[in-house]
This record gives sequence, structure tokens and C-alpha cells, in this order.
Amino acid sequence: MNAQIMRLFGVIVVLFALLVVWTTRWTVLDATALNNNPLNSRTLITTLKIKRGRILAADGETLARSVRQRKTGYWLRTYPQGPLFAQPVGYANLISRQEAGLEKYRLPYLKGPSTTLNSVFGPLGGNTNVGDDVYTYLDPKAQRQARQELAGRPGSVVALDPRTGAVLTMYSDPSYDNNHYNAPCSDACQLNRATQGRYPPGSTFKVVTATAAIDSGKYTPESLINGDSPKTISGVPLSNDNNQSFGEITLTKALTESVNTVFAQVAVNVGRPTMTKYMKRFGFYALPPIDLPSDELAASRPYDFKGRPFRPGSPNEDIGRIAIGQGGLLVTPLQMAMVAAAVANNGKLMEPLLSEKAVDPDGRTVKTFTPTVYHQVMSPKTASEVNLMMRTVVDEGTGTPAQLGSGIPFAGKTGTASIGATGSGLTQPWFIGFAPANNPKVAVAVTIEKTQGQFGGQVAAPIARDIVQTLLADGK
Amino acid sequence: MSARNRELFGLIPAALLVTAGFAGVFIQREQVLSNVSLTYGAIFLGLCVAAHILIRVTLPNADPYMFPLVALLASFGIVMVYRVSATDARQQAQWFVLGLILFAVTIIAFRDYRKLEQYRYVIVVVSLLLLVLPRLPGIGEQVNGAYLEIKVPGGLSFQPTEFSKIGLVIFLASYLRDTRQVMVLGARRVLGVTLPPLKHFGPVLIIWGLAMVALLLLSDIGSSLMFYGALLSMLYVATGRLSFVVIGLVAFGIGAWYLGTHIPHVNARFEDWQHPFNSHLYHAEGGSFQVANGIFAQAAGGLFGLGWGQSILQLIPFPQTDMIYAVITNELGLFGATAVLVAYLLFIYRGFKTATLARDSFSTLLAVGLSTVFGLQVFVIVGGVTRVIPLTGVTLPFISYGGASIVANFVLLALLLLVSDRSRRPTT
Repeated sequence: MNAQIMRLFGVIVVLFALLVVWTTRWTVLDATALNNNPLNSRTLITTLKIKRGRILAADGETLARSVRQRKTGYWLRTYPQGPLFAQPVGYANLISRQEAGLEKYRLPYLKGPSTTLNSVFGPLGGNTNVGDDVYTYLDPKAQRQARQELAGRPGSVVALDPRTGAVLTMYSDPSYDNNHYNAPCSDACQLNRATQGRYPPGSTFKVVTATAAIDSGKYTPESLINGDSPKTISGVPLSNDNNQSFGEITLTKALTESVNTVFAQVAVNVGRPTMTKYMKRFGFYALPPIDLPSDELAASRPYDFKGRPFRPGSPNEDIGRIAIGQGGLLVTPLQMAMVAAAVANNGKLMEPLLSEKAVDPDGRTVKTFTPTVYHQVMSPKTASEVNLMMRTVVDEGTGTPAQLGSGIPFAGKTGTASIGATGSGLTQPWFIGFAPANNPKVAVAVTIEKTQGQFGGQVAAPIARDIVQTLLADGK
Repeated sequence: MSARNRELFGLIPAALLVTAGFAGVFIQREQVLSNVSLTYGAIFLGLCVAAHILIRVTLPNADPYMFPLVALLASFGIVMVYRVSATDARQQAQWFVLGLILFAVTIIAFRDYRKLEQYRYVIVVVSLLLLVLPRLPGIGEQVNGAYLEIKVPGGLSFQPTEFSKIGLVIFLASYLRDTRQVMVLGARRVLGVTLPPLKHFGPVLIIWGLAMVALLLLSDIGSSLMFYGALLSMLYVATGRLSFVVIGLVAFGIGAWYLGTHIPHVNARFEDWQHPFNSHLYHAEGGSFQVANGIFAQAAGGLFGLGWGQSILQLIPFPQTDMIYAVITNELGLFGATAVLVAYLLFIYRGFKTATLARDSFSTLLAVGLSTVFGLQVFVIVGGVTRVIPLTGVTLPFISYGGASIVANFVLLALLLLVSDRSRRPTT
């Protein structure tokens, strides 16, 4: 019987070999696919057991941190500043898979490096499930100032460091409490108006038109253009504010007094392809390259009357009216801050960046998010010329309410776009600018939604002034 | 070194493992190293040494490796169960003591185990009764659609099949000892296939029928595979006729196919086995959630595992019983799981070795049967968890939480040691 016994044992060995082969299949061969299987909630629970890192403001104030839930041992998120930073910080509920903002975008850093390497030493104990802290450039003082001055009016304030693209301020009203992001709220409170709000930029867009005019070599700040009103643009008469006629004026003067007819003619003269080229360089027609989830971003571009975006350079775009920030052009406040920043930084536009660095629990910087050049929009010479033109706007033009009054030159541009039905009197006031104009450190864009006939210089410029003052005083 | 001293030294790894294992779990759970781990280790070692002394006195020639291997598996098991539930581990420890008592009783009462043969019909009837007990209303309990447990007063449940398997092996060993010669000699060739004489093959057919009935009644593929596999193995060893095995396998295959396609529960198990990641089956009540999460747990374990105490237990249903192999793979990885399988295989090897050394057919068949049924039980549950075969709720011997399992397997060990002692006894 011994031969049979040994053969039988051989069968048992084969059966056990099958068990080892199958175990290998699951643990090694198919492991990655299984770990990523949507039915597998293991990865999620592992993440919930990680103490995700904090999100911090520039001054070290905590914007998001983890709190351990006693019953489950899971780490949940709490946001000490709530609505003040809710739009850029967002929220992350991994269980319900509801995530937004930096919480979503920087999750890979916040939850720390993968623990697969640790597992070799896992049996020896030691639990290093702590993620990295993410530092942002956001300035709490300016953020509070923005919230205070918007005073509940729907609108948005964005401030950038033009040299690095660092986002110093990003606040919009209405905001929401990201600790209770599921609570119902009115007026699209969770919309990050700074990156998703789409508004006609009005005359602030003349900075883009001026840049295209000068950098293309067709115009100089001293070029004389007839500023009479009205002028026929695209077959329809276009008039200046109060239908005022200016006669032959320089481009600088036209910007200072925000003369619509001049810029419409300039754009038509410069031509659609050149205008489109410069708009693209400024970042129009594309999602802004910022460190936020792409579903929280909107591209700034012209739309037809049915709300469909025009293909860039489409012959149906009314380039004369786009040149003055109308003609279906809709932009985000972030995009307009980028326009100011490009002029401020000698024509070199930096990618806007909320996060500065990721720091591990031991205090080592594991990643510095390096500032990146987005486009060289214009030559430094053009930039300095547009800079001077914009200084004139604040020194003696429509933007005088933005004057800092401390001898620090402020370059800016106001805008007041007509919105709503003709005769409704609704406006979208704007102000964009940067300071100190001779050594720019802060670029800013401010807009307020749907005011009853208020002007950019009147309501947006003072907010911009205060934000700039706060940021400069804060050592920016 | 004498056999018994080898056995004694063989207990050292088990004692170290239980101490280290408890220490590991404690560090993970409490962040402190409590001396309780040492206490557990000491008590466990004490029990093992007591059993060793019993073997030394009563079975001086028995195989020296079997008991240390069992101690290793049992100590590993108690750490794993403790890691899942401290309460269960305490109960498991009590069952362990009861198991050792029954181990001693078996050894002393059946010094001459051949007298078991006299009771073979009583044994087989009792075994079959135990097998159908869970199906009886009032005492039976349905777990996961299968009927494998009975309720015992005091809130405990009990898997009587653990004892049936031993009883059936004893019966078959005895029966085949008597009939193996006539089965071979009386065999006829029909259409080129060698068939055993119906008269002597009848009881075997009855067992096949019973396995099918068990499948039907208990709604359990794995248990029938275990019983029927042991039956075929013993038949093969007894007669040396591969054709008997082939016929048996075909018969089993047809029966399993028919039941698998016609019994809803068996069919559901089969579907869960084939498509565990089908989202519909996954979310169905009693669906493939268990199988799928067992595999997810193994995948998360990788080569080295997550470490003791790191498993996310709420994602592994029945972590201390059916799915304990998934917990082992999750926490100790492919290497740890393979080590456990190798320990089982070594134990089975010693069982087969005992069978080859035995001097009479009954002893040989008994050792083969017990080793095979033990090995098949490991295969059925680990195969179920690793998706080699459909999942069945049998225990992983000596490791899973379960009173009947621990006690019955200690009786199995006692019988193997009895056979081994007799076969290795010096002839003077």
C-alpha cells in the first residue's frame, strides 16, 4: 500500500501548492488591481486611519486639521476658520467621497506617503500614519479684510504675488462653512467665484487690448486715436460713457479716461488673430493653471448669445466689443488678477499657486511647490509702458479712489460692465491693479456682482486699495 | 537524541511564537508591552509540557514531530483569535484545555485502538446522526445558508461534522481492511472499465449517496468534498485501483454539478465563487461580499503583510472562523500564510509516514484516512478563502476559533499518535 500512500501524499502536496499559487495570485500578481477595485473600501479605511496633515495659512494659522473620532478611530477633518477660507481650502469627506478645494487637490500630500514600504517593518509595531502639512500663501489678515469689505455683497477678491504667482488672497461672498458643507445655502455659496464666477470684465479688459496694441508694434502709448462717440463697430454704434466725445487722444489718455471707442477701434485695427494670441498668452480660453481641482475652475472667454463658448479667433466674435470687456466675454476674477500680475512682473505671467510647500511630521520640507512661468505675455518694454499707463489711471483717471496715499504708486484699471437687460441699470464694477507700481509685490482683482449702477472706481477700487495696503503692511 | 526529547525541544518554537505573538498584538493594541503576554506564553507552555509528559509515559515510541507541529499551529491560532477577539481567545483557551483532556482520555482509553473496530457500526451510525443533526429543527442552526452547527445550551454552538469526519474514517478503515482483497479480486471489466463487485462496493456507494445527501441537507459543498475525498483516498490506498477513484470522481462531479445547478443556495455559492467582484452579487444579501473581501484582505497583505493587529476587521466577515486565513495573509503576508500551510503539510506528511510504517492494514488505513481528511479540511477552507473552490464554512484545524474543531482535532491527533506508537514500537 506504500506506493499508493506516497502517490496520495503527492496529490495532497499538489493541492497545497494550488493554495500557495492562489495566495500568490491575490497577494502579488493581482494585488494592485484588487487594491484599486472600486468595491474595495480598504484603501479608504486605511486613509481614514491616517492623521492627515494640516493646511496652514502663510502666518501658520491652521485652516484644516484632523480630529480623531473616538468610536471608530477614524480621523475626520475640521476647519477652524470655516467660511473665511472655505473656497480655496474646500473639504474632504472621504467616506461620502465629497471633496473640494485644496483638501482634494493636495490629498496625496495631506495623507502622506504610501505606507507600503512601512509594511515590511509593520510587524515590529510603530505606527507612522501621519500625513504632511501643506502651507499656503494665503494671508489671513487680507482674507479677513476682503470678507469685511465685501460685507456680504456677492463678489470676489483675489490677490497674487506677481513675482511668484503666490495666491495671497482668495475670498468670495457668499461663502459657506466647510465644516457643514452639506448644509443648504442660497446663491451658489459653494461656487468659488474667484475661479468659477463668470462676469463681463468691462473696461479692465482694456489692459489686455492695450498690451496687444503696443506689444504687436502697431501702437505706442502716445499714438493718437479719435475718441469721438458714437462709432460704428461691427455694424452697430458703440458709445462712450455718457456718450462723451474726446477728439484725438493718446492711448494713455484713452486708458485713463476709459474711452470705449478708442479701444474698440484699436482692437479692430490690431486684428482678431493678434487679439486672440495675446488673450491666450494671458490665460484666456484655458482653465487657469492653479492648484485646485479642475471642476472648480472656469475658463475666461467670449460666449455667444446662447451661452456657447466661441472657438478662439472665431469670426463671429465681436472683437471690437470684446476689446472693452463686453461682446459676450466672461472672465473669472482670478483671470483678471493674472492680467494685472503679468503687466506687473515685466510681462512674465506666473502660474497662480495656493500651496507653498509640504512639510512632514518631523518638520522636514518634503516638497516645495516651485513657482512656474506660465507665459511671457509681452516684452518687458511693453510691460513698463502699460505699467505707466495704468499708473496714470490711478493718479489722475477713473481709478483715483484706489490711491494709497502713502507715496506708494498704484497702477490699476477700473471697469464697469453693463449687465442685464438694457435699461436695467445693473452693473458689474471691477478694479484690477498692482502695487508698488515701481516694484510690484501685490496684484489684485476685485469685483462685485450685480450692483445697481455703481462704478468700479467707486466700489471696487477702495477694496483693492485696502487689500493692497494690508498685504504690503504684512510684509508682502 | 531520543524521540521524546526531540518532541520536547520542538515545543520551544511554539512557546516563543505564542509569547512573541501576544507581545506583538499587545504593542499594537495598547502601545504597551504587558506581562500578560508572558503569562499566556507560560500557561500555554505548561499545558504543552503536561501533554508531552503524558505522551512520554504512554506512547514513548510515537512520532516526535506531530505534537510540536500541533502546538505550533494551536499557539499561532490562539494569537490570531486573540487578535480578533480577546473574549473568543479566552474561550478558545478553555476549549484547548478540554481538548487536551479528551486527548489524554483517548490515549488512555484506546491504548489498543484496534478495539475501535468492534464498534464500527455504532461509530458510523453516530457519525451520520451527527452529520444530519444540524438540520433537525430546534437544535440546528443555519449559518450562511449552510447547516453545519447545532446550538448547545449556554449560547454556544457546535459543529458536529468535526467528529463525524473521525468516525467515518474509523469505519472506512475497518470496512476496507475487511473487503479490500475481494474488491480487487472480484472486480470485473465492463466496457473496458474495471468495476468493483457491487456487493462490496455497496457501502461505498452508500457513502457517496450520503455525501450527496449531506450536500443536499447541509447545503454544503466543502464538507462533502472533504468526506468524499477521504473516502476515495482510502479506497485507492486499500485497493490500488485508480479506476475506482476515477469512477468516484466522475460520480461526485455529476452529483455536484446537478446540485450546483438545481439547489439555489449551492448555486449561489457557485456564482459567488465565479464572480465575486460582480457588483450585483457583491451587494446582494449573503452574496459575494465575504469572498471578495477575503481576497481584498489578501491583496492588501502583499508579500510581508501589514503586521499583527493591523488588519481592518470590519471588512472581513467571520475573521476568527471561516476567514481566518484571510486575516493571516492580510497581517503576515504571502510568507506567513505559506509558512502556515507548510506546517500543515509537515503534519500531514508525518501522518502519511505513520501510515507507511504501520504493520496492519487497519492502522495504515486509519492513519491515511485521518491525515487525508485533515489535509482536505485545510484545503477546503483555505481553497474557499483563496477562491480555488467555492467557499465553505469549515474551520481551519487548530487555528480557527471553535470548540468542536479544537477538541475533535485533538482526538484525531491522539489516534494518529496511537497508531504511530504501535508501528514504531521496537519488535523484540
